[in-house]
Amino acid sequence: MKPTPFKSAFNQAISEAWSAGGGLVLPLAFFLGVGILVPFSVGVRPELLVEISSGIMWIALVLVTFVTMERLYQADLEDGVLELWVQERQPLAEYVLAKTLAHWLVAGLPIAILCPLLGLLLHMSVELLPLASLCYGVGSLAFFFWGGLGAALSANVRRGGLLIALIVLPLYVPTVLFGVLTIATYGTDQMVINFSFLVSTTIFTLALCPFMTSVALRISAD
Amino acid sequence: MTERVLIQVKDLGMVRGVRKLFSCIDFRVCAGQLLVLRGANGSGKTTFLRILAGLTKPLAGTVELHASHHWVGHLNGQKPFETVESHLNHWKKVWGGEGIDRSIEAFEMRNFQSVRVGLLSAGQKRRLALARMLLVDRDIWLLDEPFAALDSEARQVLRNLIEERRLNGGCVVIAMHDIIDLQPTFELSL
Repeated sequence: MKPTPFKSAFNQAISEAWSAGGGLVLPLAFFLGVGILVPFSVGVRPELLVEISSGIMWIALVLVTFVTMERLYQADLEDGVLELWVQERQPLAEYVLAKTLAHWLVAGLPIAILCPLLGLLLHMSVELLPLASLCYGVGSLAFFFWGGLGAALSANVRRGGLLIALIVLPLYVPTVLFGVLTIATYGTDQMVINFSFLVSTTIFTLALCPFMTSVALRISAD
Repeated sequence: MTERVLIQVKDLGMVRGVRKLFSCIDFRVCAGQLLVLRGANGSGKTTFLRILAGLTKPLAGTVELHASHHWVGHLNGQKPFETVESHLNHWKKVWGGEGIDRSIEAFEMRNFQSVRVGLLSAGQKRRLALARMLLVDRDIWLLDEPFAALDSEARQVLRNLIEERRLNGGCVVIAMHDIIDLQPTFELSL
């Protein structure tokens, strides 16, 4: 039988995401909770909410990654599964890629798809919602890969959520910046340029993070 | 006839904090040999084994493994939501093994093959970790306290498997406290 490490790691990560923490339910509830809290704190004036809705949703998305990433590699370190993967012949980056993609598929992509719901609550223009959904989908992928790097670096640290935030917050800036600009420049030529930059930052993250994360995991497993 | 060297260790040294664990260790383990690591708690047996497995970098010296290896450490490498069957199937797919029946039969796990790992006893989890090694043939076995938590029957099974591994041209390195009748080729006291 041909070895299928990527597929096996991916399937196990999906099962783990569902078995621990309710899979999609917790991150989605957290995302909606953050979004719903905003009108209570800044007021319900529609023109104000329209102006800040896109930014609020980016912040909610950033917070969701912090909440869900803490246990990504910590559980594997504690139960000895990481030790087994580190010793495998195939690149550890393959395991990182499978694990992060699975986690994004369970906790990130559904939020991006469902974010128009929150957008409507925050009075976001209906015609903006498909673009916003696309931007959050692309941006959240970058967030999860940077978050994975932070999770790998802090895998040995108890309650490493705060450390993850400190490590990866600066790395989120380009994605948030181009994401917000893409939505803000909707309908203009500038939108395509901003969206291209958003996609580029995500591709850069995808190319770099699996290798950096695998180095961090080897250090954590030592 | 030249012996097939499977593990070659040269001038190995390691410290923990400011304490020297071991230094200037040279040896080689050939096909058919069994090396038992002995020593008091904290003497560095696990660290030594982790260095052989490539999990920990030594302070000095080199380790060469000339074949692929299986590892069973203190941690069993199992997820609480997996069943015995799904755990073995998962690693069979990762490694490209043929089936899980041999693993299940060897350690008599048929009765609890559908039980989740989270519900297994310490001994059953240990059996499962050891049974994982039977999914694919690898010449080198690195085992850290493999007899811990096993009942007498499982201990006998493991003893037989270690002998079988040696007869089939593999080698085994074990760190342990237990006095088990294994007839090692040599012992290393740390």
